[in-house]
Amino acid sequence: MDIAKLTISGIQEGLRNRQFSATELTQEALAFARGENSKTNAYLTFSEERALQTASAVDEKLSRGEAPGALAGVPIAVKDVIVTKGLRTTCGSKMLEHFIPPYDATAVQRLEAAGGVIIGKANCDEFAMGSSNENSAYGPVRNPVALDRVPGGSSGGSAAVVAQGTAAVSLGSDTGGSIRQPASFCGVVGVTPTYGRVSRYGLVAFASSLDHIGPFARNVEDAAILLQTIAGRDPKDATSAFAPVPDYRESLGKDVRGLRVGLPKEYFAHLDSESGDQIHKGIELLKQQGCEIVDVSLPHTDYAVACYYIICTAEASANLARYDGVRYTRRSAQAKTLQDMYRMTRGEGFGAECKRRIMLGTYVLSSGYYDAYYLKAQKVRSLIARDFQQAFTQVDALVTPVSPFPAFKLGEKLDDPIQMYLSDIYTITGDLAGIPCMSVPCGNTAEGLPVGMQILTRHFDESGMFRLASAFEQAGGFAV
Amino acid sequence: MKITEQEVKYVADLANLQLSAEETARMAHDLDGILSHIDKLNELDVTGVEPMAQVLYDSGETDTLREDVIEPSLDNQAALANAPLSGAGQFKVPKIIER
Repeated sequence: MDIAKLTISGIQEGLRNRQFSATELTQEALAFARGENSKTNAYLTFSEERALQTASAVDEKLSRGEAPGALAGVPIAVKDVIVTKGLRTTCGSKMLEHFIPPYDATAVQRLEAAGGVIIGKANCDEFAMGSSNENSAYGPVRNPVALDRVPGGSSGGSAAVVAQGTAAVSLGSDTGGSIRQPASFCGVVGVTPTYGRVSRYGLVAFASSLDHIGPFARNVEDAAILLQTIAGRDPKDATSAFAPVPDYRESLGKDVRGLRVGLPKEYFAHLDSESGDQIHKGIELLKQQGCEIVDVSLPHTDYAVACYYIICTAEASANLARYDGVRYTRRSAQAKTLQDMYRMTRGEGFGAECKRRIMLGTYVLSSGYYDAYYLKAQKVRSLIARDFQQAFTQVDALVTPVSPFPAFKLGEKLDDPIQMYLSDIYTITGDLAGIPCMSVPCGNTAEGLPVGMQILTRHFDESGMFRLASAFEQAGGFAV
Repeated sequence: MKITEQEVKYVADLANLQLSAEETARMAHDLDGILSHIDKLNELDVTGVEPMAQVLYDSGETDTLREDVIEPSLDNQAALANAPLSGAGQFKVPKIIER
């Protein structure tokens, strides 16, 4: 077996035919992942004991002739902002260097209940804040496609492990593009579901009204299976939706003739030429499949980055207030008084980007600035969401680039926060509106750097999104 | 300059965040750049637009609440397990009130 190329259906077939056992597969996956990690730094923690326990339970079920679950034996990596009981969860931060969560996130529980084998925790930007994965306190992740380049952020580790083949699929989190942008940079499929589709219970909070958990996979089918497993109402998360979860696999491989696909003109303004070429070729493919291409406008797109950085930092400043030296492993050794304990612990524990966002968030919420910044941003968010509502009266789906450019070099944008923030210009809007969106591979630049195409649909229409993505993947020969 | 080092120190105080002198200077520069970009929002007239705090509106206010029944929760030991300092079943913090 070529472990780096296994898909969920390939693994299920291999288990059924007794080509390998779940335990053998897990042992091989762990050894492969450990070996490859020196190249990319994509894993922060391996989970040998737990993985082998789950695999052994899968093998026992198989030997008893029981159904082992949709993800039986599948090696999975989980972004290190999603908590795992008894397994170190750092959020890419020195603040939580020694944190051992006392419970599992709902998404993790659901993966393991379906027989999924969690082999390790994936590196990420500190508290999911970043667009390049260079903000991890444990060193940057390198893009497996080009090791001198970033994998994208903040779920860079989760994208890299799937691209590298050290996990068949992975979980990431997306607040402003943190699943789709790294998926695009690494050439894999990344899905941000509708806000509320997947429980956030056990996802360490960054910006609660924007945070999503979602899958990375090497093809659309695997992404659909993974989302199917983790989606659905969870009483432990009051924002998780009551909406029923359809069978996403039913929408795969369906004809897309006659679907109306909108191209929002504002998303084609800042593109570099090579990314633009690939996206236009992708649009041509959709046309050949019989989609009707319609020009649309989302007029408030240019305000999204400004709006996002007010809302996400305001929420982050509140969410990160809990790291004060009392509960979560770190306390400054220098602190003598209570106030010093708060200030010094936070000063020592947080990295530069977290501090920048806590400061901006505190500023925009502070007395005298609330109306000018926070309230205004919430109103602009309404306008951005309305743009999408309006567009979806004309079309079934929207197609855009994921990022204005392919993966950039390590260090290239590190000293300029605005340039870094602008790399998410095409992904932020989807999060602000809470609609489902995904990145699907769409070709490579001359240098071999992957380019992703973004598909966006109406709230809870993940089926429509997968339908279009699957047809596109098949037509372009992008399927693994 | 839109934001001064004095203001950075004031906000850092509100955020309970200790910054070095170097970090304070850098923060003033960075926040200045970001706030200038954010000022772009002033081009928009948002009169009469409702603010959007949450994405999904279609459920009633109490729909999402669980039945009010007692369920197992973390025990004291598990809840304290990650504390940097604990004792007698409680989190320990530096003394607040002098006797």
